[in-house]
Amino acid sequence: MTDALVLVERVEAHPDSRCWFVAWNPSGTLLASCGGDRAIRIWGREGDSWKCKSVLEDGHQRAVRKVAWSPCGNYLASASFDATTCIWKKQNDGFEGHENEVKCVAWAASGNLLATCSRDKSVWIWEGQWLDSSPAQSFFFHNYKNHHRGMIMEIISPYLCLTVDEEDEYECVTVKNCHTQDVKHVVWHPTQDLLASASYDNNICIYKEEDDDWECKATLKGHTSTVWSLSFDADGQRLASCSDDRTVKIWKPSPNDDGQGDSSWMCVCTLTGFHTRTVYDVAWCQFTGALATACGDDGVRVFKEDVTAHPDQPTFYLAAHANKAHSQDVNSVAWNPKEAGLLVSCSDNGEIAFWRFQEKD
Amino acid sequence: MSGGTSLDNANPQIFERSSARLLVASEEDEDVHDPIDDREIFDLIKSINDPEHPLSLEELNVVEQVRVKVNDAESTVNIEFTPTIPHCSMATLIGLSIKVKLLRSLPDRFKIDVHITPGSHASEDAVNKQLADKERVAAALENSQLLEVVNQCLTVRSI
Repeated sequence: MTDALVLVERVEAHPDSRCWFVAWNPSGTLLASCGGDRAIRIWGREGDSWKCKSVLEDGHQRAVRKVAWSPCGNYLASASFDATTCIWKKQNDGFEGHENEVKCVAWAASGNLLATCSRDKSVWIWEGQWLDSSPAQSFFFHNYKNHHRGMIMEIISPYLCLTVDEEDEYECVTVKNCHTQDVKHVVWHPTQDLLASASYDNNICIYKEEDDDWECKATLKGHTSTVWSLSFDADGQRLASCSDDRTVKIWKPSPNDDGQGDSSWMCVCTLTGFHTRTVYDVAWCQFTGALATACGDDGVRVFKEDVTAHPDQPTFYLAAHANKAHSQDVNSVAWNPKEAGLLVSCSDNGEIAFWRFQEKD
Repeated sequence: MSGGTSLDNANPQIFERSSARLLVASEEDEDVHDPIDDREIFDLIKSINDPEHPLSLEELNVVEQVRVKVNDAESTVNIEFTPTIPHCSMATLIGLSIKVKLLRSLPDRFKIDVHITPGSHASEDAVNKQLADKERVAAALENSQLLEVVNQCLTVRSI
């Protein structure tokens, strides 16, 4: 291995519980973590160390599985096993719709589309108006499919405050049932309104809006067990997936894909033999192209691409490996969006850890 | 669980319980490091109650010491359990009970894998996949009804 992962700081983020997920805000100044203790914590840098700035509690009745910042950074969405998704800003609004545990939530680059996925096998796309500049006064969703009724929960939180207009309604623009089993993760393309979902059914689906409706444009088959997470590279040319089959796969749209009709994606690389248990998360660094993974074998790994390889047949090598990064499963990894090389990981032991990826010249 | 409803397996074969573990001198010596062994894990799971019968998993031969593999140095525990019939609808619940018992009993460093004995159940792969999915296990244990059923299986019965 050429490079190193150097531990910067380790923090007990969700004591006596498990930390499920970590997410940086768009400016890289705040980190949100969520866990089995039903809480979300917001972390900010104070001097050389990371301190808990806020605790967002009482929003969810059960574990908070994932969190996502809106592109403007003013809102935080959280997905929970209690079947609700909450949007946090000064006050907390929740909307319900899924019949089962909500596993993941993600914002589109444009900021007005939100995707959620669930144990109920469906992927939902929500459209709303979030006013970025002034204190948000309007927040609405309509519901026109499947008669799922939205419900607003108002919870006082020290973190944010949002006035909810009771006349407003939710708008769930689509419910997709392209997977045959629970959907584990959703991720938006970095620039386009293109959504990818990963499932317990071993497949990945790609969705695009066409004629005012969202269609599943491609199903990516290749993994032999649950696909746990997905990450697009900086320009959205490629998608990385990680799985219970202990591999990471890199996918690319077929060169003959003209953007019309069904698209096809092909697996151009499989990273196999590196991970000894389930790979729970994968994150592509927007600056360096380094690929970080979170694994059930307690390790955090960073892979780099062999620049001499043919673009259609990329190869990756293990550049750095923190062998026992945590004392239990590593659930999530996230690169800071502004500070190159700053990586954060979180674990079943409730910790979050900050790492510096040091590349040798 | 039974109360009037038909049982999956009404007349299971009953096996004898194992005798108590024989202690050796080194195990009583507090200064000797004493790794967790197969028998110790087996002793933790053998008395789990079957969801259908007033019998333990050991008495139904659902768990056997030979199907418990522990590696203390690597912090791994691997357990195979054998449902009494290939269509047993309780297989997932039994597996979950074994997993929960060990999650509650063992140090956090252990990776606990619970599988169905190969060839012993019609939905072997599906059950194994569910038991290996920690998100599903975590969500199941936040479900109070399911947790209550698991806890019933784990309650020590007076003999």
